[in-house]
Amino acid sequence: MHFLCQNCNEAKATVHITDTYPEKRSRHLCEECAAKEGVIFKQSHETTQEILQQFIKHKIAQRPESDEPCPQCGMTVRDFQAKGLVGCPDCYTVFGEFLAPLIERAHEGANRHVGKVPVTADRTIRKQTGLLRLKRELKDAIEKENYEEAARVRDQIKALETA
Amino acid sequence: MTIDDLTHNIGEWLRGVGPMCDVVISSRVRLARNLVGQPFLSSASASEKTEIYRHLTHEISSNELSQHGFLVDLEDTDEIDRQFLVERHLISRQQAAEEGSRGVSIWPDETTAIMINEEDHLRVQALRSGLQLETLWQEVNKLDDSLSQQLEFAFDRQLGYLTACPTNIGTGIRVSVMLHLPGLKLSREIEKVSRATRDMNLAVRGLYGEGTEAVGDLYQVSNQTTLGKSEEQILEEFGGKVIPKVVEYERSARETLAGKHPHQLDDHIWRAYGLLCHARCLSTAEALSLLSHLRMGIQMGRFDKVDIKTLNEVFLLIQPAHLQKVAGRSLNGVARSIARASCLRDRLTA
Ligand SMILES: [Zn+2]
Ligand SMILES: [Zn+2]
Repeated sequence: MHFLCQNCNEAKATVHITDTYPEKRSRHLCEECAAKEGVIFKQSHETTQEILQQFIKHKIAQRPESDEPCPQCGMTVRDFQAKGLVGCPDCYTVFGEFLAPLIERAHEGANRHVGKVPVTADRTIRKQTGLLRLKRELKDAIEKENYEEAARVRDQIKALETA
Repeated sequence: MTIDDLTHNIGEWLRGVGPMCDVVISSRVRLARNLVGQPFLSSASASEKTEIYRHLTHEISSNELSQHGFLVDLEDTDEIDRQFLVERHLISRQQAAEEGSRGVSIWPDETTAIMINEEDHLRVQALRSGLQLETLWQEVNKLDDSLSQQLEFAFDRQLGYLTACPTNIGTGIRVSVMLHLPGLKLSREIEKVSRATRDMNLAVRGLYGEGTEAVGDLYQVSNQTTLGKSEEQILEEFGGKVIPKVVEYERSARETLAGKHPHQLDDHIWRAYGLLCHARCLSTAEALSLLSHLRMGIQMGRFDKVDIKTLNEVFLLIQPAHLQKVAGRSLNGVARSIARASCLRDRLTA
């Protein structure tokens, strides 16, 4: 059964509330009327989640040209569209161009961090980019069936991961 | 310490003290962090998740600041206990619902919790009553520094701390406060909150997060932008500007109501008390909305049958998982309404 909003009698009632004052009664309101009364809170500006969802939908309509996975974690643009989450720290490098407009919109136009920097930042960044480079090399070596090279790169990856 | 030990207390965040506590129930600061060289949980396999979980719990329990926390392995925790932790704001609803290796380290006074394997590898949060953002930031910042001695967090010069969702990168900070706004609600001026929060791009939600109704006149305000502003800047805009403005709106709405309609206002408060003391079945939403009126009455000095401490205790005790923990078994909706009404009669008429 569909109720019409008891306030405006126009829109479908989707918010059902029980008042206790001045008397106990149930009321059925549309979203807009409920927001006007403060029963539900409707934000006047876009939430970041809405921005993310719009970005995903819009990008799906466009279809990404390439669906190359991230060499580090295997995530593809398609995976990102399904979950709204990236797969690893390196996805931000691999899919940098793709993500840039989303990041700017979600952060009010900002594209640069100005906050806290961890004491290990330089080492961390070397490790991150080093791992990404090595994983690419590993993939290449395997594709070229150069197993000796692959084994060497694998050892380097292990050494860097445990450093 | 175990989850059961928490049942006998209320967390610091519900003590009803601290700056602006007539309107600001509690504040929270949370940092999102991920390990370098590891996949985010979004693409980690079950065994990778377990490996990350083991590594993190080991480091957390040997860290000088976090070793006092007690660890709850959520994979081994039943649904009522998980819901219980959500009601106490110690884990997120998402983490309660998720599957696989995950957990939380909780400080015995419930001021700090470290969620492990939520959306990010770590979510470090501090929580206190009233508006205390500075203190909270100092606490989480210190803990983050200390954990960074043992754990290496994913970081990029341009994008800052890297998180599973691009909307959290940069500082990875989420600042939020829970506001009690019965005055603005009664005078139908809640839109003022929307206007006050728009410029700083803040999000406003109901008590239980995204898309929920503002049950009990409780609203959660949090920052959405995490990149391009420093932590201090975010805290200052939030706690120094926007929140005090909303608190002013609420206080003046309450004053206007008291000046123009004192009898209706008192009737409102006392009727709520009457229902709470005599009803035999109460839903969570109805109970919270009645308790909201009592809280307003106490804060305005118009009602003294119940003190704020009792009110804050029942606020937690009437929530579904708390009722079931006290009962020692799972209760269906009807049984919960009955137990809730009975709990309120006991506590409020004593
Ligand atoms: Zn309507
Ligand atoms: Zn990746």
